[in-house]
Amino acid sequence: MNPDAPQSAAAVEDLVQLVAPDGSRTDGPRAAAYRDRVAHIGTDELRAMYRDMVLTRRFDDESTALQRQGELGLYPQGRGQEAAQVGSAYALRPQDFVFPSYREHGVMQVRGVDAVDRLRIYRGTEHGGWDPADHNVQLNTLVLGSQTLHATGYALGVQRDGLVGTGDPQRDTAVVTYFGDGASSQGDVNEALVFAAVNNAPVVFFCQNNQWAISEPTSRQTRWPLYRRGEGFGIPGVRVDGNDVLASYAVMTEALERAYAGDGPTFVEAYTYRMGAHTTSDDPTRYRELAEEEEWALRDPIDRLAALLHAEGRWDDVWAADVEAQADAMAERLRAEVRAIEDPSPASMFDHVYAAGHAQVTVERDWFERYESETAGTTTEAAR
Amino acid sequence: MSENLTFAKALNEGLRSSLEADDKVLIMGEDVGRLGGVFRITDGLQKDFGEHRVVDTPLAESGIVGTAIGLAMRGYRPVCEIQFDGFVFPAFDQITTQLARMRYRSAGRLEVPVVIRIPYGGGIGAIEHHSESPEALFAHTPGLRVVSPATPQDAYDMIRSSITSPDPVIFLEPKGRYWSKGAVDLGSPVATSGADGGTADPLGQARIARAGTDVTLVAYGPTVATALAAADALAAEGTSAEVVDLRSLSPMDVPAVVGSVRRTGRCVVVHEAPTFFGAGAELAARVTEECFYSLEAPVLRVGGFHTPYPVAKIEHDYLPSTDRVLDAVDRALAH
Ligand SMILES: Cc1ncc(C[n+]2csc(CCOP(=O)(O)OP(=O)(O)O)c2C)c(N)n1
Repeated sequence: MNPDAPQSAAAVEDLVQLVAPDGSRTDGPRAAAYRDRVAHIGTDELRAMYRDMVLTRRFDDESTALQRQGELGLYPQGRGQEAAQVGSAYALRPQDFVFPSYREHGVMQVRGVDAVDRLRIYRGTEHGGWDPADHNVQLNTLVLGSQTLHATGYALGVQRDGLVGTGDPQRDTAVVTYFGDGASSQGDVNEALVFAAVNNAPVVFFCQNNQWAISEPTSRQTRWPLYRRGEGFGIPGVRVDGNDVLASYAVMTEALERAYAGDGPTFVEAYTYRMGAHTTSDDPTRYRELAEEEEWALRDPIDRLAALLHAEGRWDDVWAADVEAQADAMAERLRAEVRAIEDPSPASMFDHVYAAGHAQVTVERDWFERYESETAGTTTEAAR
Repeated sequence: MSENLTFAKALNEGLRSSLEADDKVLIMGEDVGRLGGVFRITDGLQKDFGEHRVVDTPLAESGIVGTAIGLAMRGYRPVCEIQFDGFVFPAFDQITTQLARMRYRSAGRLEVPVVIRIPYGGGIGAIEHHSESPEALFAHTPGLRVVSPATPQDAYDMIRSSITSPDPVIFLEPKGRYWSKGAVDLGSPVATSGADGGTADPLGQARIARAGTDVTLVAYGPTVATALAAADALAAEGTSAEVVDLRSLSPMDVPAVVGSVRRTGRCVVVHEAPTFFGAGAELAARVTEECFYSLEAPVLRVGGFHTPYPVAKIEHDYLPSTDRVLDAVDRALAH
């Protein structure tokens, strides 16, 4: 075995867990501290979470298939992280703002970012894909950790606007940024923690520790549990079972309450697992053991929620069949609409470099358009 | 004895031979160990040389380069891998304010022989930040050497020379060429800077990739192949193009280019980076200054535009194609 391999999923310290892998509710002091936060979550809410997790996974599977068929250049699977993402996003208010990394498909699902729009970046037709104002979700950030500073700055703006500590749930606003265990090493992330801490910014640092940063286990990034990273900065931290949607929700409500009240940032470590490859270009058999994958498969977050629904008599076959039908419909729509995304026009590369005219861009664009029209339809062979 | 190797394998062999030759050589970067790097350039090296020589670092580029500087001060020769061109920028501060000028600031007392390998360039259908050509930013920084091989043999030779160089080297690898093959003589000697009494500079020499008489095409890294393809097309219609592979941007082998242009009278520079403030601008100025009376036409540039690197679906409209090189040659010949 690789000596650096992640700790066994079963033996993690200080984990907030409300639902065990078998679907039973967890006892103990850690759970007791959070149980009240999910007391109002009934059958409808649990089913809604389940639906979003199932749709997220189907989005993942369908996107992976589209990549294999050559319709997408690349795709980063989120399999295994649905509970951490869906649970945390459920706790958000509409006015809250999200700064994602690139694997947050479950957050996108909950916030309502259109599934086709989410794939434009991977089809290579857009660098972004949606209007961040539509759902208060910033575009993906691919440069690891950069977005944590943007989130902190945005939160400082919210604070200046007087939208923390009013006690009005319609007005108090928080910001959440998602990043990985690997990204936690970046200078930007650590600077964001400093800026957030000294300014008491209303921001939640939601770190998904999925045990791997491509081929590097989390032990290459830290010798100390990640949730304690905030301590030295003066930021309280909590480690949650990221495969438990209720625990993720509960922990996030606590962090958001702190932000809304003007009590500052929180560092959440969602302890989870990247069940798939890093991206469709990656081959995990080169660096991790099958046994580890099998162990985590037993902790699948969707299976766990299904087990809870069954155990508590909240499952209904007709409803479940409808969820599957919704997933099928989404998959079908993805297959049709992703293929139909039109390529941008070549000259569109000159759009949006600046707000208005810029002499170099104008000259180059003019040259390019003239060149395009003069050489239209010709190739090296045909032209000569 | 030469072998037919991919560009990637040639680099791998060059790194291997450097690790064998000097136990102060270290490889450090993200995923360079077990995985062998996302492009497999360091494949098998951790297995053969151990985790202390081939080091998976935390994910922090400033940390990688900053600690490499300290290791170099302590006598090591770190070879850093930056995973993709667009991810070198967290390290830009360490590279420009520290690495580049340590020798200068210490009046020659300190030497930091760090090599920074960066897969660069486009054409691979990637998402943002994975296809950029930031060479001008480094070439504009005094104290750094900036090189880019175009063939497997040069990849093998230049990585070894870079590792023995007393100066920091930005080693730009044209990732679109990683899987191209060519003959590599694995027994070629390491050309070391300053070997013959201080003047030899094996990293600063351009190469005539193809001889010709009517026009000089200057390229480096990924665009050498583009220029050679253009030269083929030109030959078919009776125009003889000379192709100069610069190999190094800093220093730039201006005499080699000037010598060629004095013979041909025409010069077209080809690179993927934006032409605005690019390497071609420097070259055009030098050529104009040094062989004005030999020029039959202005020096022309073919390169990227003053836009961020565009989305994959239209990247081939952005990149300098053979057709765009031929168009520029036509314009040069029309003068
Ligand atoms: C600054 C920077 N360096 C390197 C990369 C290349 N890269 C992309 S994802 C990744 C691993 C990230 O791991 P982690 O933060 O744990 O998130 P995960 O991918 O596991 O969700 C790396 C090294 C990058 N995107 N940005």
